[in-house]
Amino acid sequence: MQRLGGARRRPLASSRVAGVDPGALWRGLTGREGGVADRIVPPTGHTATLTTFSAGVMAFLAVFALALALATGRLADRWAEGLAQTATVRITAPAGEMEAQAAAVLEVLRTTPGVAQAQAVPPEQVAALLEPWFGPDMPVDALPIPQLVELQMERGEFDHEALQLRLEAEAPGAVLDDHTAWRRPLIAAARALRVLGWLSLGLIAAVAVAMITLAATAALAANGQVIRVLRLVGARDITIATAFVRRFTRRAALGAAAGTALGMGAVAALPDMQAAGGFLTGLGFHGWGWLWPLLIPLVAGAVGFFATRRAALRMLREVR
Amino acid sequence: MIDMQDVTFGYGPGTELFRNLSLNLPPGSFHFLTGPSGSGKTTVLRLCYADLLPSAGKITAFGQNLSALDRDGIALLRRRIGVVHQDTQFLDHLPVAENVALPLTVAHQGIDMQAIRDLLGWVQMTGLARALPPALSGGERQRAALARAVILSPDLILADEPTGNLDWDMSMRLLQLLAELNRSGKTVVVATHDMDLVRAARSLVQARVLRIVGKRLQQAGADL
Repeated sequence: MQRLGGARRRPLASSRVAGVDPGALWRGLTGREGGVADRIVPPTGHTATLTTFSAGVMAFLAVFALALALATGRLADRWAEGLAQTATVRITAPAGEMEAQAAAVLEVLRTTPGVAQAQAVPPEQVAALLEPWFGPDMPVDALPIPQLVELQMERGEFDHEALQLRLEAEAPGAVLDDHTAWRRPLIAAARALRVLGWLSLGLIAAVAVAMITLAATAALAANGQVIRVLRLVGARDITIATAFVRRFTRRAALGAAAGTALGMGAVAALPDMQAAGGFLTGLGFHGWGWLWPLLIPLVAGAVGFFATRRAALRMLREVR
Repeated sequence: MIDMQDVTFGYGPGTELFRNLSLNLPPGSFHFLTGPSGSGKTTVLRLCYADLLPSAGKITAFGQNLSALDRDGIALLRRRIGVVHQDTQFLDHLPVAENVALPLTVAHQGIDMQAIRDLLGWVQMTGLARALPPALSGGERQRAALARAVILSPDLILADEPTGNLDWDMSMRLLQLLAELNRSGKTVVVATHDMDLVRAARSLVQARVLRIVGKRLQQAGADL
């Protein structure tokens, strides 16, 4: 008989434990799909289609969760930064002293380092602010309304305490309000939303891991006899695992790419901030931020890779 | 090549199949392993390719203790042992040629299609290269299994009841193929309960007959 094949003689004991060989896996993943190495495992059909579909849906949701996390982050930063640079001085004084105290306050602010701009709020603007509460017919002039002075600070440190002390000295009826009382809950809410966004991303990733693990385990279980035959003819665990890993990694990455593209399209179609205003119109990606969603298919591929590999190697240990 | 020292094996507590079994398979030998159904012939073969591990004793193959091999080590061992399984296990979704080439595929060795055709010709299955295993007859499956078992040119060939489902002519054809392999220097072990086959082999090959009797392995009536 003609000598055929002729396997190279190698030491029987291998240095690799449990067949973990990332190099072999990488070669398997980057090789052409549909070759003989892939064909050793029968097509998984239904399971593979479901994996692609599920990965797509997860990626679609992940795009929105990412957009939410980034938008709320921007919002929190904007509020924190914007409101920190404005303050209001409220002057409460008898009608006869109001004008003098307002002038004193403006003089103090003019000579305070770090104050970029200060101006008294005109009475008609104050009336407009109160109208939503009192209605249009209320004679606001008859009410003891405090005089308001808006000030804009320059960027950098600003000594609120020193200003308050100077105001108390020069205009006893003046109170400095740096918006801290209502700014903090707003920022806290925005930051909580950002955490929720990232948490959602984490949950989506966890569901993707569970889904791919289930699909891979089902495919492995359905191919128990195939695995048995492969082991009997001398297949290493990594060879068998790679056939499954490559399949599920590609399905996960492909589905996620489609889902990401759809999600990005949907986000792009949202009204822009100038068109409608308000919080929700900020839900999108800006500039380089559009690159972030492109990571989703890569992460999905990585999730598919590690989830399938872990499931495959664990299951293969049950077959001698 | 294969050395068993005082091997005891059972499939569970109180189900000891044999005790203190010792066996040495020298290179180039041809052995028949006989015994009634359920005596443990298949188990002895499975112990040889580390599909089972002994509960006591030591089995050495190619100088390595099989109990000490890791999973990759077992895979590499099996590339040096060609096995014709009793139930001729194939991948039903692959054609015969790819099933025969399977050991090359999993060993990441190049597949020479001309060599595959030559091998299929040797077992008289040239025309069935593209057939799927479920379409094969019992004899064709056995011959395809033999072709797959020898494709990596292993040093040791284990055949488990290779003629169990075959008619006499086909059984003799398969025996001739095994004898041919033995003449080319391969060590061959054939597990069979068919003593007619053993007798017929005398004209083809110089074979030793081992018999499992009452948890013991005997040669020419003496315990091993």
